[in-house]
Amino acid sequence: MKEGNENLRLTEAEKDLFNQVMPEDLAEIVTGGIQRRHFLKLLTVTGGALLAFQLFDNHEVFAQSLITNSTVGIENGVKVAFMVNGQKKQIEVDSRMTLLDTLRERLGLTGSKKGCDQGQCGACTVIVEGRRVLSCLTLAATCEGKSVTTIEGLANGLELHAMQAAFIKHDSFQCGYCTSGQICSAVALMTEVKNGEASYVTPDIRLPGHSLRLSDDEIRERMSGNICRCGAYPNINNAIKEVYSGKDVPQTWQFSS
Amino acid sequence: MRPFKYSTTNDINVAVKMLQVKGHAKLLGGGTNILDLMKEDVEHPEELIDITGLSYTQIKSISSGPNAEGISIGALCKNTDTANDPIIRQNFPLVAQAILAGASAQIRNMATNGGNLNQRTRCSYFYDIAMPCNKREPGAGCAAIEGINKMHAIFGWSKDCVAVHPSDLCVALVALDAIVKVMGAGGKERLIQFSDYHRLPGTDPQKDNNLQQEEIITEIQLPKNNFASKSYYLKVRDRSSYAFALVSVAAAIEMAGNQIKQVRIAMGGVSHKPWRAYEAEQFLINKTPDEANFNLAAELEMRNAKPLKHNKFKVELGIRTMVRALTQAMNGGKHT
Repeated sequence: MKEGNENLRLTEAEKDLFNQVMPEDLAEIVTGGIQRRHFLKLLTVTGGALLAFQLFDNHEVFAQSLITNSTVGIENGVKVAFMVNGQKKQIEVDSRMTLLDTLRERLGLTGSKKGCDQGQCGACTVIVEGRRVLSCLTLAATCEGKSVTTIEGLANGLELHAMQAAFIKHDSFQCGYCTSGQICSAVALMTEVKNGEASYVTPDIRLPGHSLRLSDDEIRERMSGNICRCGAYPNINNAIKEVYSGKDVPQTWQFSS
Repeated sequence: MRPFKYSTTNDINVAVKMLQVKGHAKLLGGGTNILDLMKEDVEHPEELIDITGLSYTQIKSISSGPNAEGISIGALCKNTDTANDPIIRQNFPLVAQAILAGASAQIRNMATNGGNLNQRTRCSYFYDIAMPCNKREPGAGCAAIEGINKMHAIFGWSKDCVAVHPSDLCVALVALDAIVKVMGAGGKERLIQFSDYHRLPGTDPQKDNNLQQEEIITEIQLPKNNFASKSYYLKVRDRSSYAFALVSVAAAIEMAGNQIKQVRIAMGGVSHKPWRAYEAEQFLINKTPDEANFNLAAELEMRNAKPLKHNKFKVELGIRTMVRALTQAMNGGKHT
């Protein structure tokens, strides 16, 4: 809604609504657009109506929500078959579903977190075909035939992945919201380093990849796609260093006595 | 996000045809920009055509033609694979550095090279659909020109648009005189000089580049050069990683004895297109590569800058970034 918006076009459904609840204003709205006073009036008129609807018709409302949970007949539905943590999944999704929403809302894997939902924070990082990606900017429809690993798929039974264990040892989180993304990112980082992939701070990019050494600067640059609002960065750095070197890195924290 | 139809094709001619007949269809590559824009309702295509199944993913040497001994980079090759290709790292390190300066590892693993060229500006007023923006809605006006324009252009802007192109890769590509190969209707291919690919805003800022509606980028070609031992991409930003450039400079030098034989300088974060610093380049030919000359060249180029209310700092920052990038290039392009 904008004041005096000449570009506004009402859909048939919207016209019907105005015709039902405030017919005296319909002609003016169609020609001049929705003005603030129309909007306020609409709220006043429909606010009461919605309340009544909820009171008398909640049986219908609940039935409605059950229908929308069904996967049958989704508009623009896409059938996808892919592997998640080693298990084959076959579902139909709305074309708009991101991989993140599919994991969380359809497959019950809520380990991957929705932080910004815009590719700016890294909380949704998962590993697809061996590479870390942002599941919030990946359409589920594009995952056909692919293999996805989430935080839930890293441990081997009750045995934690080395990176998970190192994060616990080094207290590499505070609130924990970014942690599953941080760990997935760090696990993929190890593969990238093993493959000799460069970063912006790699001292000599022309040298072959096997000369790569994972310095603190390299870790910081390579993990910059995962934001931690609590600022656990030094401890995340230590956890990654421990897994990379295979040597014990001393804890920098202890319980107060 | 508004509903859209998702379709895929493995045939470029089919994809071109679909773009031709469906005015509201858009291509989907890595999706790192288009999905973000669709969530914000800045873009609302009725159909997304997933072209990641097309075969343009290779990086290969060019054997014949005007760019023989150059290299061809597939439009659908991922940013990460491009930056880590052994030939790119060895012979075109400026390209590898520029790619790695952009975004995050996750995004570079998803993003394609063609998509990098066609990504939209990150002007916050373009992204905010409550604000007027001529790029988003031609004729609506520009909120940035009188708004918070710290991140905006200092070269080539118009009263209708002061947005900048956000890419790092494109800054290296314009410096190295890359060529964009595109496929059009009826299987017709054409080559576009990189400096002609993106455009200045003028009175129609809704057009970021000179690609036709139905055309698809298939390759980016890089001619052979002698810059590999002396090139550097320097990016200056508000935080040291995972941020768009305030100013960036791609610098490449070829020496003859103790004089500069050839030099290429391009800037990012300063204009609606990757900005070639031709005046600075011309000044440096046949000069000795010392700081005094680098400074004179940079000042010459930045003399033409027209900063906005909040980005006057970019003029001095541009000079210093250019001098530093040229100095680093002379030192072998190592990151220090």
